[in-house]
Amino acid sequence: MSQIPATLFDKVWDSHAVRKIEDGPDVLFIDRHFIHEVTSPVAFLGLENRGLSVMFPEKTFATADHNTPTINQHLPVQDPLSANQLKALESNTAKYGISHWGLGNPRNGIVHVVGPENGITLPGMTIVCGDSHTSTHGAFGAIAFGIGTSEVEMVLSSQCIMQQKPKKMRITVTGTTGKGITPKDVTLYIISQLTAAGATGYFVEYAGEVFEQMSMEGRMTVCNMSIEMGARGGIIAPDETTFAYIKGREKAPQGAAWDNALAYWKTLKTEEGATFDKEYTFNAADIEPMITYGTNPGMGMGITQRIPVAQEAGGSAASYEKSLQYMGFQEQEPMLGKKVDYVFIGSCTNGRIEDFRAFASVVKGRKKADGVTAWIVPGSHIVEQQIREEGILDILTAAGFELRQPGCSACLAMNDDKVPAGKYAVSTSNRNFEGRQGPGSRTMLASPLVAAAAAVTGVVTDPRELI
Amino acid sequence: MAYDKFTVLKSTAVPMPIENVDTDQIIPARFLKATERKGFGDNLFRDWRYNADGSPKNDFVLNNPIYSGKILVGGKNFGSGSSREHAAWAIYDYGFRCVVSSFFADIFKNNALNIGILPVQVSPEFLHKIFTAIESDPKAALVVDLPAQTITISATGESETFDINSYKKHNMTNGYDDIDYLQAMKEDIKTFAAKSMY
Repeated sequence: MSQIPATLFDKVWDSHAVRKIEDGPDVLFIDRHFIHEVTSPVAFLGLENRGLSVMFPEKTFATADHNTPTINQHLPVQDPLSANQLKALESNTAKYGISHWGLGNPRNGIVHVVGPENGITLPGMTIVCGDSHTSTHGAFGAIAFGIGTSEVEMVLSSQCIMQQKPKKMRITVTGTTGKGITPKDVTLYIISQLTAAGATGYFVEYAGEVFEQMSMEGRMTVCNMSIEMGARGGIIAPDETTFAYIKGREKAPQGAAWDNALAYWKTLKTEEGATFDKEYTFNAADIEPMITYGTNPGMGMGITQRIPVAQEAGGSAASYEKSLQYMGFQEQEPMLGKKVDYVFIGSCTNGRIEDFRAFASVVKGRKKADGVTAWIVPGSHIVEQQIREEGILDILTAAGFELRQPGCSACLAMNDDKVPAGKYAVSTSNRNFEGRQGPGSRTMLASPLVAAAAAVTGVVTDPRELI
Repeated sequence: MAYDKFTVLKSTAVPMPIENVDTDQIIPARFLKATERKGFGDNLFRDWRYNADGSPKNDFVLNNPIYSGKILVGGKNFGSGSSREHAAWAIYDYGFRCVVSSFFADIFKNNALNIGILPVQVSPEFLHKIFTAIESDPKAALVVDLPAQTITISATGESETFDINSYKKHNMTNGYDDIDYLQAMKEDIKTFAAKSMY
């Protein structure tokens, strides 16, 4: 009997199904569980209320990132509510014997940055976290997605969650990207084509030359943004680039265990003839540096284009108008030349060393524009260290920028890094929702190159003119 | 028992005909700092509902006394964005037990079901009919019948069926949750875990 050709997604999912409930969800075993201070306290409280314990504490890893300050981390956290959440994470992890990289720990940083850089994230795993950008880890050929707090409690107490198996989508990008086009532009382009809900109900495999040629950090940026078109997650088949990235990292397998793992990981690819519920193909040559003009990540455009009219954009005209009104923009206006008050580089989307290298490549020999406030926030202490060691800090300092300490920062503005009401920010983060970066803030999502071009000119600028 | 049983709900509804209502609007990040699950309803739709000085915005539907009820009716792609279960907690804490839309974001839908809010997905046409019915009579009632999997506009009798898998339906009608189920199969999970390479 011949086997039906399987997708990468099917292989990983099916090998983790402890049970399949008829006309119900699958019980999925979870290999790695990341937790942070904001979405875990109520889950631990739930365990206590039910008299349950943590089933496999060695499979859960904690870091503090969402509400942490990005300056003076050696001092007590000023906001009492944030301090309380950090304390709860510390005591909960201590109580159950869970690894915890809290504030001040040299391994501390954004959960989706520290997992991969320490070799905790590996191909073929199932990975969850109470954070929608868990999709980042799909870059390694893992099934990774965000969950709610009730599900965090499930994983703590049983190492499983109950999930309906999503449908499968493949997005292929052929060809080669042009000068000044980063992985962030590739993903913003895809989302602008599919809309913010275009992949809801699907798990997306990314395929084609563009992703094959992409670095691991670039692949993480792309998989990270999968949720912004509604996808449950994104996944890319592991290859030599993946294996080279993982090898030698602190928690990666070593010796014979490495050889065994590698042999298995090499089988993790979609077989010839496997079918998807939906397929899209795009051409890399069509991708420009991207920027968003509205209040969801699907409202993106090539930086030299004009803001679409409502009919072109699709969806309800009233919702579109509400969005442009919030941004203070008009249909048919160009984005180039629009004033920028704030620039944020960082987050689980673009807070890794390659992002800071790209940023530095533009600001080198230039000066920060007057009137621009820039927040330069590494994704982890390890990234911060790399910024220092590679001389990037010197370039930033000479151009008038200051480096802050790691954390989620202005991506969701739970700490003090808030963009004031009415002000415009070019941000390398993942969401441009109303008020996302502070009440009344107006966010334009873009790549580190576009952010750097805005930081040195004070307006939306095509980075290709500066590189 | 994890939450109240859900069988048949007859209620007036609050209309919110806006697309892509994301979880940052439902509950902004700055209100996620509690370590207990209580009081989130006060900050439901905080920045649409209140001015910066805390005074209510009169044009927002939750501040309009003619609309009330246990059912929230939203536009397409309701609940997109962050995985924060706080969004579902805020909706529940405010008093809603059912959210109706023509399309839900995945994580929000799971979170809602896990805490006892029923997400009812209807066709775009039926959603339009619901909005029209509430517009012509703010006291128009909807009947959500989970055992029958139907939603009906009382005044006109127009009705549509909705999907829910039989496992979740059984849970909702009995007030069980997934943790109860998983606890009962721990031996199977242990056996499975022993074979894991990670």
